[in-house]
Amino acid sequence: MFTHFFFLLRAHKVPVSLTEWLALTEALAKGLALSDLSVFYALARAVLVKSEAYYDQYDQAFQEAFAGVESVAEITDQVWDWLNGDFDLPGLTAAERAALAAGLGGMGLDELQRLFEERLREQKEEHHGGSHWIGTRGTSPLGHSGAHPGGIRIGGQSRNSTAVKVAAERRYKGYRTDATVGVRQLETALRRLRQLSTRNDGPLDELDLDATIDSTADHAGLLHLEWRRPRRNQTRVALLMDAGGSMHPHINVCNRLFTALDRATHLKDLRRYYFHNCVYDHLYLDPTCHPRNSVPTARVLQELSRDYKLVLVGDASMAPSELLERNGIIWWSMANEEPGMEWLRRLDRHFHRCAWMNPVHERHWGSIYGRDTIALVRNVFPMFELTVDGLTDAVKNLMVRR
Amino acid sequence: MTDRASTYAGTSDYIASPELRQTVNVAVVLQRPLLIKGEPGTGKTMLAQSIAQGLGMPLISWNVKSTSKAQDGLYVYDTVQRLYDSQFGDGDVADISRYIRLGQLGSALAAEERVVLLIDEIDKADLEFPNDLLWELDQMDFTIAETKETVKAKQRPVVVITSNAEKELPDAFLRRCVFHYIEFPSEEHMRSIVLVHHPDLEERLLDLAMETFYWLREIPGIQKKPSTSELIDWLQALAIGGIDPEEISRRLPFLGVLLKKDRDIDAASFALRNKGATRAGGR
Ligand SMILES: Nc1ncnc2c1ncn2[C@@H]1O[C@H](COP(=O)(O)OP(=O)(O)OP(=O)(O)O)[C@@H](O)[C@H]1O
Ligand SMILES: [Mg+2]
Repeated sequence: MFTHFFFLLRAHKVPVSLTEWLALTEALAKGLALSDLSVFYALARAVLVKSEAYYDQYDQAFQEAFAGVESVAEITDQVWDWLNGDFDLPGLTAAERAALAAGLGGMGLDELQRLFEERLREQKEEHHGGSHWIGTRGTSPLGHSGAHPGGIRIGGQSRNSTAVKVAAERRYKGYRTDATVGVRQLETALRRLRQLSTRNDGPLDELDLDATIDSTADHAGLLHLEWRRPRRNQTRVALLMDAGGSMHPHINVCNRLFTALDRATHLKDLRRYYFHNCVYDHLYLDPTCHPRNSVPTARVLQELSRDYKLVLVGDASMAPSELLERNGIIWWSMANEEPGMEWLRRLDRHFHRCAWMNPVHERHWGSIYGRDTIALVRNVFPMFELTVDGLTDAVKNLMVRR
Repeated sequence: MTDRASTYAGTSDYIASPELRQTVNVAVVLQRPLLIKGEPGTGKTMLAQSIAQGLGMPLISWNVKSTSKAQDGLYVYDTVQRLYDSQFGDGDVADISRYIRLGQLGSALAAEERVVLLIDEIDKADLEFPNDLLWELDQMDFTIAETKETVKAKQRPVVVITSNAEKELPDAFLRRCVFHYIEFPSEEHMRSIVLVHHPDLEERLLDLAMETFYWLREIPGIQKKPSTSELIDWLQALAIGGIDPEEISRRLPFLGVLLKKDRDIDAASFALRNKGATRAGGR
């Protein structure tokens, strides 16, 4: 069950490393969670999970691993078995297992076990009322009286089953980033459009005063100028957004992306245009997509240099003719000389880096109404789902240098 | 390591949840940095003060800026002063150690007693910044290249690191930390926090102000949700202004204390009108 927990965490895609697993083992061996499962719940989470985005997955793994477990002692027993055994963990590679054994060697097993048993004895003697730091009441920090601010019950009558029950409540669903979520998380994802752009790009044209002084001092006062890359962000983004009818169900997430981009003040420039289902020879300047308020796509391409990051947002779901045929454009009053596909390829050729964000989740791409055109569009642009994780991947992709 | 002196049990001016207290102690015992994340105003910075006070250790605060470099936290070599002294003949220029100034991390490691080191808002700096600190946080020592002197901590400082999640932190760094996410306080928890700051608040005023505060936070489209510190300031304004508690939800007095953006104030006023309309229409 203890080692199975490790396996379950990884199965739920919580990125737990061996370093962290060892830290948990050490903490357990040091007696940091002797008394009950709620303390173990919080301890393991603090040591193993490094973002609230994984709290929900942690809860799921915890619940699966420890449903039916009555006391922490059952777990710690297994920790010792494991420490005294072959350090095997389900799903470990041979190299990982070797690293683990090496890491554990340094812990001084005997000493640990002695400490642990001492701690256990003390705890039994002091029982509950004491003020020893692993007690379970009063001022004890590792104990747990009262309610968690967010509503997690720690302690209570049937202490040992509450931790699993609490985990089963899945209170942290909202923090997950693999589901579509709030502006704030999208903003965080977009911030990465800056970091990757500062270090490698741009000319060395800013005087580095500190380095100049150091260098001048090193040269006995002879002036030595040192230059560095400016820290200004160079990233510019062109956003092309599908405002067609099939996008209506996705309006909320698109709005959130917009708000996030609005607030992404670190961008050097942000241009936005709209299209209906596919890009043709005109781009619209507002989401009503009225020809009165449009510009020729060719002119946009002239205006925007190639280093703009092109981000298209759309469900890429349409009739194949809209993509493949002349005059395939959905408006009967309009005509296009070239098929939409040609325009998409032109965009791709013009911009160094492009990404297509699809509000339809990836698992549906092969099965929904638009699957044919989704496949066609994916031949041209790398496509990502419009979730925090998808956006993060897209941003990474956009920042790769060509 | 397990004596009472190194046990954190909260302090009278800071309300820490049992889980948070537990996590602090786990970090202290495992001697690993404690990484604290949470919305603005959830008491991340203040936690470090509370830990220092609770454990009876001095606090050294390092406020990270976008231009901060890891090296500056260790020490800076004041070459300019040395150059100046060499030209204007003041003091012993050959003694380089006179021109070494320890930074916050450097001071924490050089300290005689165990200290709490707060590295506040680590995500403000470059992505490289946390990685550049890995060695010192692991080994708790560093060498001053100019004097060849090695500084090694006599006792590992308790390291508290806060982040607003503006940037992702590197994995190698995260692996070494103990992590806690401070959730936005529930109404009940918030009450205890508020009472720390305003022990004599009239109950009716508190009730109605809290209700309006949480209502405001839920208005869709509010960009900068009001936080704990704003609530505390607002309650102060309401109390001093002698506002009739019943007026709070109707007029949203001193709204500017809670909401700082014009757009948010507009959104709140709009929501207020709507609320009034549904109430009038529904009854
Ligand atoms: N748990 C708490 N107990 C007592 N006071 C609190 C608590 N949490 C927040 N406060 C109050 O809110 C104020 C803001 O807290 P603090 O500056 O520590 O927040 P923060 O999380 O560091 O915010 P930021 O992300 O903006 O730096 C504190 O000065 C304090 O008055
Ligand atoms: Mg702070």
